[in-house]
Amino acid sequence: MPVLSRPRLHWSGDALVLVEFEAAISPDVNRRVVSLAAAIGAARVGGVHDVVPAYAAVGVHVDPLRFNQAGLEAVISHAWDQAPGAADAAATVDIAVCYGGVHGPDLDEVAAFASCTPDEVIARHAAGRYRVYMLGFLPGFAYLGGVDPSIAMPRRDSPRTVVPAGSVGIGGAQTGVYPCESPGGWRLIGRTPTTMFDARRDRPALLAPGDIVRFVPTPHDRWPALAAGADA
Amino acid sequence: MRRQVTVQRPGLLTTVQDLGRWGQQALGVPVAGAMDTHALRVANALVDNPPAAAGLEVTLLGPTLRADAPITIAVAGAAFAIRVNDAGVPAGTAFDVPAGGVVTFGPREAGSGARAYLAIGGGIDTPLVLGSRATHLVSRMGGVDGRALVAGDVLPLGPAPPARRGPRPRALPLDTTPQDAPRVVRVLLGPQDDWFTPAAVEAFLTSPFLVSSRSDRMGFRLEGPTLETRTRGQLLSEPVAFGAVQVPASGAPILLMADRQTAGGYPKIATVISADLPVAGQLSPGDRIRFAACTRAEARAALIARERALLRVLPDEARP
Repeated sequence: MPVLSRPRLHWSGDALVLVEFEAAISPDVNRRVVSLAAAIGAARVGGVHDVVPAYAAVGVHVDPLRFNQAGLEAVISHAWDQAPGAADAAATVDIAVCYGGVHGPDLDEVAAFASCTPDEVIARHAAGRYRVYMLGFLPGFAYLGGVDPSIAMPRRDSPRTVVPAGSVGIGGAQTGVYPCESPGGWRLIGRTPTTMFDARRDRPALLAPGDIVRFVPTPHDRWPALAAGADA
Repeated sequence: MRRQVTVQRPGLLTTVQDLGRWGQQALGVPVAGAMDTHALRVANALVDNPPAAAGLEVTLLGPTLRADAPITIAVAGAAFAIRVNDAGVPAGTAFDVPAGGVVTFGPREAGSGARAYLAIGGGIDTPLVLGSRATHLVSRMGGVDGRALVAGDVLPLGPAPPARRGPRPRALPLDTTPQDAPRVVRVLLGPQDDWFTPAAVEAFLTSPFLVSSRSDRMGFRLEGPTLETRTRGQLLSEPVAFGAVQVPASGAPILLMADRQTAGGYPKIATVISADLPVAGQLSPGDRIRFAACTRAEARAALIARERALLRVLPDEARP
């Protein structure tokens, strides 16, 4: 593991403190981010009302008149001195994907970009083990890193106004699943019937930072059965 | 008689809002909540609700509502002419509406802001979603089916607070800045002000900006001088604050508001201080805004002053 330097505090206004690590998309940096966010959340520092892990920073939203900055700094120091866990206490999540056809309208474009066949794009995408770096954009939208560079096609110049819920896209080196119908600019190569976010569940978001995601190619004729299972 | 209110006419953009869905941004869930949280808290205080009770955010053109049971209401923020049945009611204090009474939002006083907050004793009791009733329009979460009100919607109410003994409190008079003057909001520079040229920072702090028509509860797109960055690498997506001023490659700044996403990858030249967010929250397309740098100590003093002003609304026994 490379040597990381201690995080720095950086304010955005008077109500958000960013605890910043090296600006890199790196599992080592992100592992520190995830474990620090958990430590800050557990410590119940005075005046903190939201703790948000991202790629390389933890956002700590505070009430400026009640925030205990010394308390936050103590948690950061303590977390820094603890060796980070050898591995994340995170899950590996398999997501069934129907690639191509009506579910993946951009699969052929990505194949042309990669100078390979659509089946090879599917094989390369499904071979990845993707780390969840952060959630953002929409409830339950997970930014997954580690896309095979040969299929890392940049996002569209002009985003689609409607992307169906469950669409699986590639946006450069990132991939992800749109949790609900929304606008979006990523290249759509498939779609999953899995429900990525449901506010009524005990754990509303299927994925959490640090999780590992695998995509499982699934025949299109399995969609109705899988969709019925997801609704149950 | 059910404690509920029926929407007869919805107004331009009327949503159920509270102080926001805090504590869920790690899941990618935006905070939402009132654009002007100060005015919502004033309205709640006037009807003896807790500060986080849900009320209605009324935008530019107000609704017409029917009380299906006797209720107590108060309005704060932008100054609309309010009528109960055919009688005008005074601003800045609570008033009673009898069962069957119709509350009408009439003309809005020029320069008084774009948004009013209607609080009803007992609060609006739409379902809690992840701890909040705030409506987030893009993700269709909270409020009434995650959308703005439409005619025929029925808003359930919580139990009325105990009847008050003694006189009702009054809100302080509104700030009456002339309508055509730019609103000045104070900022702390950063977190990425060093990504911008000195000329861009100077222009940001001296020129007024126009709130463009492409503005909504997520953010205000601002028209004014182009803010150029020095050539630096790409910013990794990081958590963002209410009031952050992000600048995409076009150089046209966007002031992030209540429905902002949880994180963003554009550099932020400055962030509006908490005390002045309610000023920004009253702007609408066509208004002008100017940013003034301040210090951390000034931001703190301004917030303390704003909180003291709110305390003056509260009855003696409710003061901490």
